Amino acid sequence: MLSKVAERVYWTARYLERIESTARLISIYDKLLFDLPRTVQLSWYNLITINSLQNDFSERYAVQDERNVIKFLIGDESNSSSIVSSLKAARENIRTTRDVIPSDVWYAINELNRYVKDNIQQGINRGKRHEFLNHIVCGCQQILGTLYSDMPHDAAWTFLRIGRNLERADMTSRNIDAAMAGIMEAQDIDEAVNTHQIIWLHLLRSLNADHSYRRATRQTIKGYDVVGYLVTNEYFPKSIEYCLNALISACEQLPNSKGLTDYLGAIKSDIVDDYEPESLGQPLRDDLNELQLHIIDLHKKISETWFPVWD
Amino acid sequence: MQQYWKDYNSTGFYDELISARGNARLPAKKLVSYLKSLTAEDIAARRMAADATIQAMGVSFTVYTDEGNIDRAWPLDIIPRVIAKKQWDVAEKGLAQRLQALNMFIDDLYHDQKIIKDGIIPEFVLKQSVNYRKECEGVSPAYGVWAHVCGTDLVRAGDGELYVLEDNLRVPSGVSYMLENRSIMKRVFPEVFEQVDIAPIGDYPARLFDTLSALSPRKEKQPVIAVLTPGIFNSAYFEHAFLAQQMGAELVEGSDLVVGDDDCVYMKNIDGLEQVDVIYRRIDDMFLDPEVFHKDSILGVPGLMRAWRAGNVALANAPGAGVADDKVVYAYVPQVIKYYLDQDPIIPNVETFLCYKDNERDYVLNNLDKLVVKPANESGGYGMLVGPHSTKKERETFATLIKANPRNYIAQPTLDLSTAPTLIGKHTPEPRHLDLRPFILQGKDTYVTTGGLTRVAMKKGSLVVNSSQGGGSKDTWIVDTDAGKTGIDKASTDKKNSDKKTVKASPSKAGSQNQSQSSQGGA
Repeated sequence: MLSKVAERVYWTARYLERIESTARLISIYDKLLFDLPRTVQLSWYNLITINSLQNDFSERYAVQDERNVIKFLIGDESNSSSIVSSLKAARENIRTTRDVIPSDVWYAINELNRYVKDNIQQGINRGKRHEFLNHIVCGCQQILGTLYSDMPHDAAWTFLRIGRNLERADMTSRNIDAAMAGIMEAQDIDEAVNTHQIIWLHLLRSLNADHSYRRATRQTIKGYDVVGYLVTNEYFPKSIEYCLNALISACEQLPNSKGLTDYLGAIKSDIVDDYEPESLGQPLRDDLNELQLHIIDLHKKISETWFPVWD
Repeated sequence: MQQYWKDYNSTGFYDELISARGNARLPAKKLVSYLKSLTAEDIAARRMAADATIQAMGVSFTVYTDEGNIDRAWPLDIIPRVIAKKQWDVAEKGLAQRLQALNMFIDDLYHDQKIIKDGIIPEFVLKQSVNYRKECEGVSPAYGVWAHVCGTDLVRAGDGELYVLEDNLRVPSGVSYMLENRSIMKRVFPEVFEQVDIAPIGDYPARLFDTLSALSPRKEKQPVIAVLTPGIFNSAYFEHAFLAQQMGAELVEGSDLVVGDDDCVYMKNIDGLEQVDVIYRRIDDMFLDPEVFHKDSILGVPGLMRAWRAGNVALANAPGAGVADDKVVYAYVPQVIKYYLDQDPIIPNVETFLCYKDNERDYVLNNLDKLVVKPANESGGYGMLVGPHSTKKERETFATLIKANPRNYIAQPTLDLSTAPTLIGKHTPEPRHLDLRPFILQGKDTYVTTGGLTRVAMKKGSLVVNSSQGGGSKDTWIVDTDAGKTGIDKASTDKKNSDKKTVKASPSKAGSQNQSQSSQGGA
């Protein structure tokens, strides 16, 4: 398999995952804000912080209100992580890897791209935003489903898995970190206990994990259980452990992967095996920050191994 | 007949679907009566359906503009162009004959040049050809074939006969649009396909694959075939990606390939280098190899010519094949066919005046307002003068150009190109001029597409069909009027038969909720 094609397929998966998680994040965020007591100062701007986009945002907008945040995350072409930008990038990558991607995926991304172009205003205004975002989530799921059922599980497929799971591990850790930050801010208010509950539940919902969490833990919503579930549950497909396991098994199927699987193993033992159930607050945030650095490193190592720059 | 068809009239030109008297031509009978039965709203709706399909299928082409490259949706007119199979069978033989002779000609030019020694073609025509490549002299590609893929433009003139307008032997494009036009039409007009015997065209990618495969220098193993594209900014990128996908070949750019010290070509893979056997290159000669041609080309692969000359990789089309699509050479093709095959050309050329000949040049200069003047080595419809549509100033410019470089110009009478009904505005059929580009493959075997890509000039009276200049396209139907489907009846019998086919097994236990196939939806 051509290195360049492998790289594009890997990015396709990352962008698709990014589109879906961004759409999901926005679509449930207002529910969180409605539920929180008015004394809690959590704003839409938090979505910018989750994605580490503070600098890019401040270059474009002065006011950190709902409208600007939504515009920036959905429709801003100057934001390379926005839904339209990611969609454009995903489409370009699929367009240039048509020799390995099923045709139906190409058609589906065209349809989705067209839908978003035609209806972008719906996403920015409040009235039909859910419908709009839901359509995007469904579009991404349709593509994933088609890939899953039609694509040979060969090297190209393996690169899709790698891209998807790396992006997922990244998004999950960012989401946990944002929730933890929110809770630490809402430490001293009267309704603190209730507020913590709402934020933890929201965290589960934003990863579509609320239902499976309850079934797996048979617990009510408690901070360390939620974090424990999202970090160390081996069955939930967005947990850190699951993503790392998937990355290890995918890398094992590719040539020259020894260095990478060793590195992944080390990250896993560091983050998952040594996970301390009681760890919350700043120690947790420090661990998550470390994981973020590992993820950046993983991307570098993946590139060096399979998409090297040749002379 | 619906009202909006009543005014259709293509007086003065041969219309592909409707005769001068207003009757449908025989192979188009069923199509025309079907179209005329559609209401204006129906036809507008079908057209919108086609546009939506084109967008969903991502069929596009890139136009270079001052504001940058724009990716445009492919323009398809939903009224097909129809040709009788009997006539096409003859054209097919003519196209195969032509390419066979042209390949013998190219091979001769890069070896003994017998045709020049025998005085058929003057030596200076070759010496001054910008597409003659000294670097190719003495090379012997497999089967003696240099142009493996050829797009030959045919036109139908006022007398109803087909003529060859030009041969494209470098990197002809359009075949993907021919194939996509057909898939779109099947979605938009399924009922017509049931009723009319339209010859299928879908085997082109497989034939192209076979043609390329047979060129592989390594016979003992399954060849590695790559389509070499200049990249996403090229106007035909859609086609490069489409063909690679359809053939199951690798789509590569120059930077994905490297030539080793062993003069073999390799792809840069995730597990290292892999040897490439056949390259279907969609890059012009001059950009292929910076070691030999344009030194600053970043599209090509350094050392590619070395590898090709050493016989370690096959290139299709071979470098230097473009020497035969010089328009001066075109004028000599009838003699070329006679010389190598001892046959008369089956499809005639359009009358052509060669400006390097004194008497013909004088005629051209005195009749610029009636003629079409073309530079010998341009493609895409650029740098042309269409006499009857030109201004005095344009004619003066061309007169100067011709005098300065007579070898580089030819002229042809302005053709009364045939027309076909084309939807203009919302749903009004109006006559528009068109041509036809069939594709011919040659290697171990020869293959001609069934029909080709019909290109339409969308502006009233215009003869410029190139998509880069606002041209549209049509699906091209080769229809057998002798044997035939009997219309709706056949389709409905087929349906009845299929209804009788096996009934899906139902689960025996009434309580079972998990069935391998839902029995409710099936019957």
